[in-house]
Amino acid sequence: MTWAPLFLSLEIATIAMVLSMIIGTGLALLLSWRKLPGRDFVDALVSAPLVLPPTVLGYYLFTAIGPNSWIGRAWEWLFGSRLVFNFKGAVIAATVGSLPLVVRSVRVGLDAVEPNLIAAARTLGARPRRVLVTVTLPLAGPGMIAGAMLGFARALGDYGMTQVVAGARIDGLGLVNTSPASIYTYDQFIGGHDDAARAMAIVTTIVGVTILYVANRMTRRLQRG
Amino acid sequence: MAELVAEIRLARGAEFALEVELRCPPGVTCVMGPSGSGKSTILAVLAGLQLPDRGRVALGDAVWLDRAAGIDVPVHDRRLAYMFQGLALFPHLSGLHNVTYGMHHVERAARPAKAQALLDRLGVGHLARRRPRTFSGGEAQRVALARALARSPELVLLDEPFSALDRELRAQLIALVRELVGELGVPAVHVTHSVAEARLLADQVIRLEHGKIIDRGAADVVLRGVTSLEE
Repeated sequence: MTWAPLFLSLEIATIAMVLSMIIGTGLALLLSWRKLPGRDFVDALVSAPLVLPPTVLGYYLFTAIGPNSWIGRAWEWLFGSRLVFNFKGAVIAATVGSLPLVVRSVRVGLDAVEPNLIAAARTLGARPRRVLVTVTLPLAGPGMIAGAMLGFARALGDYGMTQVVAGARIDGLGLVNTSPASIYTYDQFIGGHDDAARAMAIVTTIVGVTILYVANRMTRRLQRG
Repeated sequence: MAELVAEIRLARGAEFALEVELRCPPGVTCVMGPSGSGKSTILAVLAGLQLPDRGRVALGDAVWLDRAAGIDVPVHDRRLAYMFQGLALFPHLSGLHNVTYGMHHVERAARPAKAQALLDRLGVGHLARRRPRTFSGGEAQRVALARALARSPELVLLDEPFSALDRELRAQLIALVRELVGELGVPAVHVTHSVAEARLLADQVIRLEHGKIIDRGAADVVLRGVTSLEE
C-alpha cells in the first residue's frame, strides 16, 4: 500500500484548481457581459463537460492536444515534450473537467453583486479595472471560493478523462511512475487488493469531504461580511 | 461658479418619454414628482450611468455629454458626488475606506486623515474602522454623505437618500447637506417626492410628471399650497 497516488492526485487537483480559477473567472466575466455575441452558445460549450461522458471528453481533448494535433506538434517542437501521457495531460484533463463548475459558481457570485455598488464605484472615479479588482471580485468572493473548492474536488475525483489523456501511470512533481488516486483505487479493486482499494477510497473521500466542508464554512463567513 | 445645463430626451417604453431641460445654478435644485415620473433617470443620465436617446449635459464650459457631437465623458471622469437611494456603501470596506475610495485628487498619504476629519465633522468618526453592516440607518447616511463629498465634487446628485429616515434625523441631515453644498458652491440636484423635504432643502424646485416638467421656479413659489405630489 502506497500513498503516492493520493499525493499525485492532490498535486494535479491543486494545479488544475489554480488554472481553472484563472480561466474560469475570465470566462465568467465574459459570459456576464450581456452583449457578448453568441453568449448562449459559448455558455453551452463551457458547460459541456457537465453532461458529456468523461471518456468522450477525453477523446476530444486527446484529439485536440495529442501528438497528431497541431497544438500537440507545436508544443513538442517548442518544448521537446508531449502534452499527453504525462503529468501535464493529467492537469489539463482535470482543468477542463472542473472548468464548468468554476465558471458557474463564479457567475453566481458575480450576479450576486448589487449593481448599485458597481455604479457607486464608477461615480467615485474608479475606472473599470479598479471597479473589478476592488468591488466586483471581492464581493463575488463567496462564489469564487465555492468555485475553487468544487473545481478542486472535481479534479481530485476525475477518472475517465485522466485515463484517456494522461494514461494509467505518470510521473508527478517528485513522484515517479504512479497513478492518480482514482485510477489506483480501480486498479487495486480489479486486482483483488480490496484492503488497498478500500483504504485509498476512504482517505480520498475524507480529503474531498473535508475540503467541501471548509469551503462551505468559509463561504458562509464571507457572506455574513 | 459653474451652472449645470442639461437637455434629456429618452424614450421609456410605450408609456411616456422623458423630455426635460434643466438649468441648475449652484445651490440645491429639487426635482420632484410621483414615483415613476423619471426623477432617478435624470440623475443616472447626469452621472453618465445611462445614455439618453438625445441630449446634452454641460457643467459650465465642460461638456460631459453631447449626443449630436458624439461626446460622452465616462462616469469616472465626471467629478461628481452621487448619493444613492440605498446608499450603496461598500460592505467589505470599513467606514474610512469607503470615504477614501473616491479621493484620487488627494495625495495617497493624506487621504486617511482627511477622510477621518470629514467623518468626525459629520459625527461618525467612531465608525472609521467598522463595516457598514454595523451602522444604524442615520450613521450609514452620514458615512455615505462623507464618501460623496470627499471627492470635492463639481456636481452633487442625491437620489432620495433620506427616504428611510425618521423626521428628526431627516431634518438634521438636510441641514447638514445644505451647509456642505453651500460650502462647496456647486449645483446639487436632489430627487425627492417629499414636499416637506423640498421645503427644507431646495433653492429651486422642478416638478415632473410623466417625464415632462410641469412647473419650475423658486422653492417657496412652486411649493406654495402644495401638500402632496401623489394627487
